[in-house]
Amino acid sequence: MPSATVKIPPVLRSQTGGESQVPAEGSTVGDILTSLVDAYPDTKGQLFSEDGELNRYVNVYLNDEDVRVLDGLETAIDDGDTVVILPAMAGGR
Amino acid sequence: MASAAQSMEEIKARIEMIPVDEAKREIAEGVRIIDVREQNEWDESHLEGAIHIPQAEVAERIDGVAPDTSERLILQCRTDNRSARVADLLGELGYENAVVVEGGIVAWEAAGYPLVYAKGLTPEQRNRYSRHTLLPEVGVEGQVALLNAKVLLLGAGGLGSPTALYLAAAGVGTIGIVDDDVVDASNLQRQVIHTTDRVGVAKTASARVAIESLNPDVKVIEHNTRLDASNILELIEPYDVIVDGADNFPTRYLLNDATVRLRKPVVSASILGFEGQISTFIPYEGPCYRCLYPTPPPPELAPSCGANGVLGVMAGLMGLLQANEVVKLAVGIGDTLSGRLLLYDSLGTTFTELKVRRDPACPICGEDAPEIPVEEMGKFPDYELFCGAPAREPSPVA
Repeated sequence: MPSATVKIPPVLRSQTGGESQVPAEGSTVGDILTSLVDAYPDTKGQLFSEDGELNRYVNVYLNDEDVRVLDGLETAIDDGDTVVILPAMAGGR
Repeated sequence: MASAAQSMEEIKARIEMIPVDEAKREIAEGVRIIDVREQNEWDESHLEGAIHIPQAEVAERIDGVAPDTSERLILQCRTDNRSARVADLLGELGYENAVVVEGGIVAWEAAGYPLVYAKGLTPEQRNRYSRHTLLPEVGVEGQVALLNAKVLLLGAGGLGSPTALYLAAAGVGTIGIVDDDVVDASNLQRQVIHTTDRVGVAKTASARVAIESLNPDVKVIEHNTRLDASNILELIEPYDVIVDGADNFPTRYLLNDATVRLRKPVVSASILGFEGQISTFIPYEGPCYRCLYPTPPPPELAPSCGANGVLGVMAGLMGLLQANEVVKLAVGIGDTLSGRLLLYDSLGTTFTELKVRRDPACPICGEDAPEIPVEEMGKFPDYELFCGAPAREPSPVA
């Protein structure tokens, strides 16, 4: 099973025990996120809607590419990939 | 082995040096003067009637300028080292009558003799911006572009403060600032344009004081107001570049929708905790803010609505990255962050770059996007549920 590093945004770190990156295994981006949710169940409500779809306000990147222009949650993972979870931020002050 | 200084002494001992008053007299009599400095130095100022041949090109071009090797030639550079080397070289090439202006153009100017200056910069500006104009990529032309640039800053806060200071120092000629807040002591940990003795003063007025004392070339326009759909188009229309340091999502989406409409580039950054994000949105050339973030997050993921800390130094870095983008846009050099999102993590001191692509289905800049009514700009269905109407309540980060 390929293993990836998941980068956790600041706003989700209270759900990952403060970790800013965590390892996760899975053959697709969706599997990786599922394994993240299994390890840190509190992240589920912020990543996925009730019907199991990735929330629209959460951007997910495989390495430097938005998974929306790849195969979405079906995008295949290679060992050593980085998955970046990125919600919008608005702070400027 | 002889040191460079000794070798320059030796060169100067075997060539003829003439003082500036002698040079001036000979030039008036018709003796030719050759300026051997680089292009950007020549562009800044030079002697009237001088011929420009950069030092490295003298050997191959001198024959075309002065085919007669017995002709008297006056050589001049900034001081006199390069012209001395050229005189030495010309001597080797058979020119027996090439002399050097002692002290070069610096001594000429110090003597009060006339120069031809680049258009658009006063003598004070040539001095103030000399470290810009010495960069071939900027030059006098780029500096004039900066002086003519009109930049609007959304917010004179954690991002806007450093951005404003450096844009002012860079000579951006018009800086507009939108902010309806007053300076609070808790701002001063990062909002470096404000000062302790200006606590309680409107941020726009405080920023004006700082900018005007830094650089009198800059015209500051205060917009002591909050952007909304009714004023945004009129407010941003006069500006060339908009710098988004807004502290809330409604303003960011509103700004996006208005700037796409008016085709204004936006340099957009945001900060939270130890981390920052920055990108540049150039309408229809690259993605817009809604291509990157189609939907704003709910309040628990939108900490601008609530209480959060921010590392002041990190805010400063992100603000300066914004200023860097603005300068490149104004001068027309380099590669902007259009199509790229740069993440900065100050705890790890790491940068991460992500690709951002235009969304063909973007409701604002997509191929088939209809022009929305002005009152709909920046709106989302039920967005008010998330964050409240344009976040009025001061966030602790503010």
